[in-house]
Amino acid sequence: MRLHTTGIGLGFSGPIVARVATAPVPIDQRKDTALLLSFLGSAQDLHGYSAIVVRDKVDAPLGIPTMHSVQHIDHLASGHIIALEPLNGFIRTVYRPESKHNTLFATERCNSNCLMCSQPPIDKDDIAALTERNLKLIDLISPDPEYLCITGGEPTLLGDNLLAILSKLRDKMPSTYVHILTNGRRFAWPDFSHKFAEINHPNLSVGVPLYADYPSLHDYVVQARSAFDQTVLGLHQLARYGIQIEIRVVLHALTIPRLIHLAEYICRNLTFVDHVAFMGMEHIGHAPRNMSELWIDPVDYQPNLETAITILTRFGIETRIYNLQLCVLKPSLWKYSKQAISDWKNAYRPVCSDCEVQGRCGGFFQWATERQSRGVHPIKLN
Amino acid sequence: MPRPFAPQSAFVGSSDYQLLPFRFHRLDQQTEILVNECGEFLFVPEGTARKIIQKEFPANSELYPTLKAKHFIYDESSSPLLDVLAAKYRTKFGFIYGSTKLHIFVVTLRCDHSCHYCQVSRQTLNQGQFDMSRDVATAAVDMMLQCPSKHITLEFQGGEPLLAFDTIKYIVSIAKDGAARLGKELDIVITSNLAFLTDDILNYCKAHEIKLSTSLDGPEFIHNSNRPRPGGDSYKVTIEGINRARRALGSSRVAALMTTTQLSLQHPIEIIDEYVRQSFHTIFLRPISPYGFALRSQHKTGYETDAFFEFYKAGLDHILELNRRGYNLVEIYTQILLRKILTPEGTGYVDLQSPSGAGLNVLVYNYDGSAYATDEARMLAEMKDYTFKLGRVLTNSRADIFTSPAFVALLQQGCNQSLPGCSDCAFQSYCGADPVYHHATQGDMTGHRPTSGFCRRNMKVMEHLFSLLRSGDSFIQDVFWGWVTDRNLAEMRASIPQ
Repeated sequence: MRLHTTGIGLGFSGPIVARVATAPVPIDQRKDTALLLSFLGSAQDLHGYSAIVVRDKVDAPLGIPTMHSVQHIDHLASGHIIALEPLNGFIRTVYRPESKHNTLFATERCNSNCLMCSQPPIDKDDIAALTERNLKLIDLISPDPEYLCITGGEPTLLGDNLLAILSKLRDKMPSTYVHILTNGRRFAWPDFSHKFAEINHPNLSVGVPLYADYPSLHDYVVQARSAFDQTVLGLHQLARYGIQIEIRVVLHALTIPRLIHLAEYICRNLTFVDHVAFMGMEHIGHAPRNMSELWIDPVDYQPNLETAITILTRFGIETRIYNLQLCVLKPSLWKYSKQAISDWKNAYRPVCSDCEVQGRCGGFFQWATERQSRGVHPIKLN
Repeated sequence: MPRPFAPQSAFVGSSDYQLLPFRFHRLDQQTEILVNECGEFLFVPEGTARKIIQKEFPANSELYPTLKAKHFIYDESSSPLLDVLAAKYRTKFGFIYGSTKLHIFVVTLRCDHSCHYCQVSRQTLNQGQFDMSRDVATAAVDMMLQCPSKHITLEFQGGEPLLAFDTIKYIVSIAKDGAARLGKELDIVITSNLAFLTDDILNYCKAHEIKLSTSLDGPEFIHNSNRPRPGGDSYKVTIEGINRARRALGSSRVAALMTTTQLSLQHPIEIIDEYVRQSFHTIFLRPISPYGFALRSQHKTGYETDAFFEFYKAGLDHILELNRRGYNLVEIYTQILLRKILTPEGTGYVDLQSPSGAGLNVLVYNYDGSAYATDEARMLAEMKDYTFKLGRVLTNSRADIFTSPAFVALLQQGCNQSLPGCSDCAFQSYCGADPVYHHATQGDMTGHRPTSGFCRRNMKVMEHLFSLLRSGDSFIQDVFWGWVTDRNLAEMRASIPQ
């Protein structure tokens, strides 16, 4: 699935966020709308649009911000919200109303640098620009989605900007369930947690990764000293305010040896969490670089995973599995499997065509081509 | 340009560790159990405690991270997380907040039964002489409502409280008004033999959401032997009462408790089967009471404790077997202990609390206006031992009661953290102090643990539970965790990997 393309900016210098129209709309609906065209017609009325996106080349300024010579336009549909960046010519699809997996991308920066990060951080100061884009995006989203994810990078690095985004979401779309993917470290500072809780968003949860039951291993996986302490303290701060918490555990060769201990740790120290998600590792970003240290075939850690889930569910903590195919999971664990691989990521293999449970399976990441579990096979029921 | 990755060694701190408070106990020749201040436990090879203390565990040993994660040791990278340990400690002792939650009103001593183990009933006395007066009732309700807890349980006892039903109605009306005014939640229970149950009483209980708790000591021959009444038909009357009460109030509002006697000790299976026959899903295998008649009729603590343990063990086996066969039955004593052992929560069960729950979590208002620390304390008073009389509701304030010499003595000798024999016991955080018991049986609130029936019983029960937990029997784990989390076996199996 294509989520960005490039063109050449003409007649504007700052980024524009706009809703796509694939056909002309009446003048009173043109504000914040980008008209999508294959070519410029002779007597086209372009008045009032906030931008024009054209596949053909445009030579002279139109008096309206224009992105021309656009490589691909077929993936864009009416109602999509796009961000046009004149300096590099990027046209990013930042919101698709038909998707259940829309995100607000907070920043490329991160204060951790996980060995298996699927979206490695980039150290550039993008916070002001992205916050502005996200606030505008929230204005344009309609109708209110069921679900919206705030991700990065590390969203809490936004500080007050994150609070501004949350306040706006609370006011504009209070019934939209907002999930923030964060390493949770910043919540260790009580003043930040306090301000965060004071937003009082009615439908909010945070997803926080935890990779071990003791500091040095977790800190190594996330490549940051004191990260474990900060995350655990942060979780306790969030719990004080009754904020819903999801613990996320990425399964790989460094986390598996302590997985059972981690489950016990959660039952004793983090009893307040709403649920625990075990996630198969994505083979993208940093992961391929560290694969020799990270790779373990999922079929080889099924006993550990089953025991960890038994501990959590006996205690009464809801548990889910993401990103692992049913054929590599023990059948006893199928009931925890959720099809969460985002719609723009999942795919199936040729071997899957004979599988009778493909419809219940999350499938593969499109880019998961390097290493494949030896357990992948079509499942025949009975 | 991606940031470079640091090697694992860059994140390992020094292995110079310090000890956090923990205790240990040898379970058998090969195994000992370590228990920390918050009740977290670890089965380890015998000799491990010594090695920990002698600092023979390097940071790269397999046990090191576990000792650290479970808060047995700490090192230079632990200090921020000692706050988490403090939070856990607070959680364990959460039962202290809010002060007294259970308030027992002895509305009359009159009773038709003459049970062997009860020393308070007065069968032949004139009406009124042993009933609670309106003045006493009013003052006792005032005192109850002064307790800061938002959630209060009001329990009526006797004698047979239904013989003083007008007094019950008076107390319920003023207690409900007061609780509503103060924004408190009020649970009301009447502990009754059900012999005097009428439709009017049941209608009243239904209208006021009052629960009934009765005594069922087992099958007919045990029950009638334990609980004599004119006509010798206590069993029949009780079962009829249970069924009527269930029809009127619903099964969840009718509970039964059994008292263990010498006769009961021979019949754990029959008693449990009687509870199943009567469709109960909980049973409380309670130890023999050392009070009253039981105390006076010579008390061979050691013998009785061991006999009780055999009774409990056979009973628990049978209960597990019933669960295996598909009948959900919870043993309450085990449930209380398992909650303490397996979860970070504390429980408010008076006998297994430290600081002792006497007074702190339960107060008894006797018919004559005297206030006692526990139900057992007022039974002692009926035998002329007034050690645990905290004051009088008509003349003393709540502050007087909680600063009375009796209450202060209870607190001073009611913390097993500082009692000889308890202070270094591995099971301390699961156990209580029970100064009332030790006063009654040993003449000393502190007590002498090597000869204490309380200590002997709880040690044996906990060793047994730990051996079951250690057995790795996943069925037992499922049942136990179901008890801990209030889920039946079907619900438990639906939620765990199967």
